[in-house]
Amino acid sequence: MSGRDRISRALTPVTGRLSGKPYKSIRNTLGKGTGEKRGQARYSAFDLFRRGFTKDPWPPVWREHELSSSYDVVVVGGGVHGLAIAYYLAHRHGITNVCVLDKSYVGSGGSGRNTAIIRSNYLTPDGVRFYDRSVKLYENLSAELNFNVMFSQRGHLTLAHNDSSLRTMRWRAEVNKLENIDSEVIGPEEIKKLVPYLDVSSEPRYPILGALYHPPGGIIRHDAVVWGYARGADTAGVHIHQNTEVVGINVSSGRVTGVRTNRGDISAPIVVNATAGWASLISNMVGVRMPITTSPLQAAVTEPVKPFLNTVVVSGSLHVYMSQTDRGELVFGASVDPFPSYSMRGSLDFIEGLASHVLELMPALSKMRVLRQWAGLCDMTPDYSPIMGFTPVEGFLVDVGWGTYGFKAGPVSGEAMAQLIADNKTPQIIEAFALERFGTGELLGEKGAASVGH
Amino acid sequence: MILIPCPNCGPRNASEFRYVGESIARPDPNSATQEQWRAYLYERVNPSGWTTESWFHRAGCGRYFKIERDTNSNEVRAVRLEPAAATKGES
Repeated sequence: MSGRDRISRALTPVTGRLSGKPYKSIRNTLGKGTGEKRGQARYSAFDLFRRGFTKDPWPPVWREHELSSSYDVVVVGGGVHGLAIAYYLAHRHGITNVCVLDKSYVGSGGSGRNTAIIRSNYLTPDGVRFYDRSVKLYENLSAELNFNVMFSQRGHLTLAHNDSSLRTMRWRAEVNKLENIDSEVIGPEEIKKLVPYLDVSSEPRYPILGALYHPPGGIIRHDAVVWGYARGADTAGVHIHQNTEVVGINVSSGRVTGVRTNRGDISAPIVVNATAGWASLISNMVGVRMPITTSPLQAAVTEPVKPFLNTVVVSGSLHVYMSQTDRGELVFGASVDPFPSYSMRGSLDFIEGLASHVLELMPALSKMRVLRQWAGLCDMTPDYSPIMGFTPVEGFLVDVGWGTYGFKAGPVSGEAMAQLIADNKTPQIIEAFALERFGTGELLGEKGAASVGH
Repeated sequence: MILIPCPNCGPRNASEFRYVGESIARPDPNSATQEQWRAYLYERVNPSGWTTESWFHRAGCGRYFKIERDTNSNEVRAVRLEPAAATKGES
């Protein structure tokens, strides 16, 4: 329990907010002469107005720090999950001697490659409760972070093209309603009212029979979420180290003692694996074998057009989901590639299949041009639920296996993992996601709630 | 999309195949503990680099075979057919 003791020690001096070890160390590392103090960087309309006149430069959103030789908690992975863990550790639990390591820039992995869809209309009660907490946190995120994350709750439609998917939609709607979530099955006439451009006739190969309509679902600016959490964590004293790759993790007698990076070694009693795409590789460093395979998921975006699509439209049978951003671009996502790989190269196969599926839904888009396509890595688990919490190696925690759901779970994962670290006990909301479930056979089948068949 | 060299049919588009999985030794069901069996079912090395894996040519000859593939570049080498006992159609 040395990790707990060290954290308790780190907690004790935080009574006077600006006194005590963690904050002293921030002051030492602050750039000389910047004159920035805590709280001075709060964004407001007045500040925008004032700086417009005074030409005062804006402070950096987060700062560069030297790598310290020891931290209380090291978070591997600077995406929404890692930064949210650090943010909630600092703000909710006063644990500020924390660093977040990323081998590239923050948000360079799954957090910057997803299609930014937020929803909570899952299939299992555990999953529904968990993702609904995330939606609630997202709803208040702009205010909490003082950073506009552009969350647009425009509604989310999951189309059903055959009787069996309609049955699954009904099942999901009933589970959702039991958990007090706005979710209902609607028919083609109502779908046509929501999305006039959809072909709801009986002409297409896969006619639209109905849809699961989830009004609180929507899209968000994913980079802003990452930057907002990074800024909030940095303000509280968390060190964010970009271009810092973990090359090894030190374990001594079954307990984590620190990490080795390309910039030097760090000693730490708690190391959190919050990576996506590389979760197996980091876990393999401590010898914890994961039930994960990594597959790329491709997405594409078109040129911007006038706003015409007010909701997120998903079709499981056609393996496509689409939404229109505030800039007017259509963002398309698909299912994961049919075999595991760490390669993030796009394929012509994907874009051809995507185009034909999109045109099946909306023939009017036939003249749209695709601007670019990209791929992100998804850590797929056998039951399509994540793996969170303790591992057989003491002090090595995981927040991995997010498959295709990672981004929408960012805030709640950060909140729950921070709670777990502070209490040294798994919070109830993530109990079902423990690694042990693969040993006890209590898998949490969430495949039916995957937006598209994988 | 990549080409998979089927030892029976030659190089074909990967969409003709089904990826079966990482090649791992199956423990004896009569003597394996529950932990060993579940590790066999679920745990994967998922390496970044060369790996040996099984594929099934579902839109072709229907044979199972093993290839070595670099998971970073998707380069394929060293193809061989699985023993006949494992070739019993699609599961």
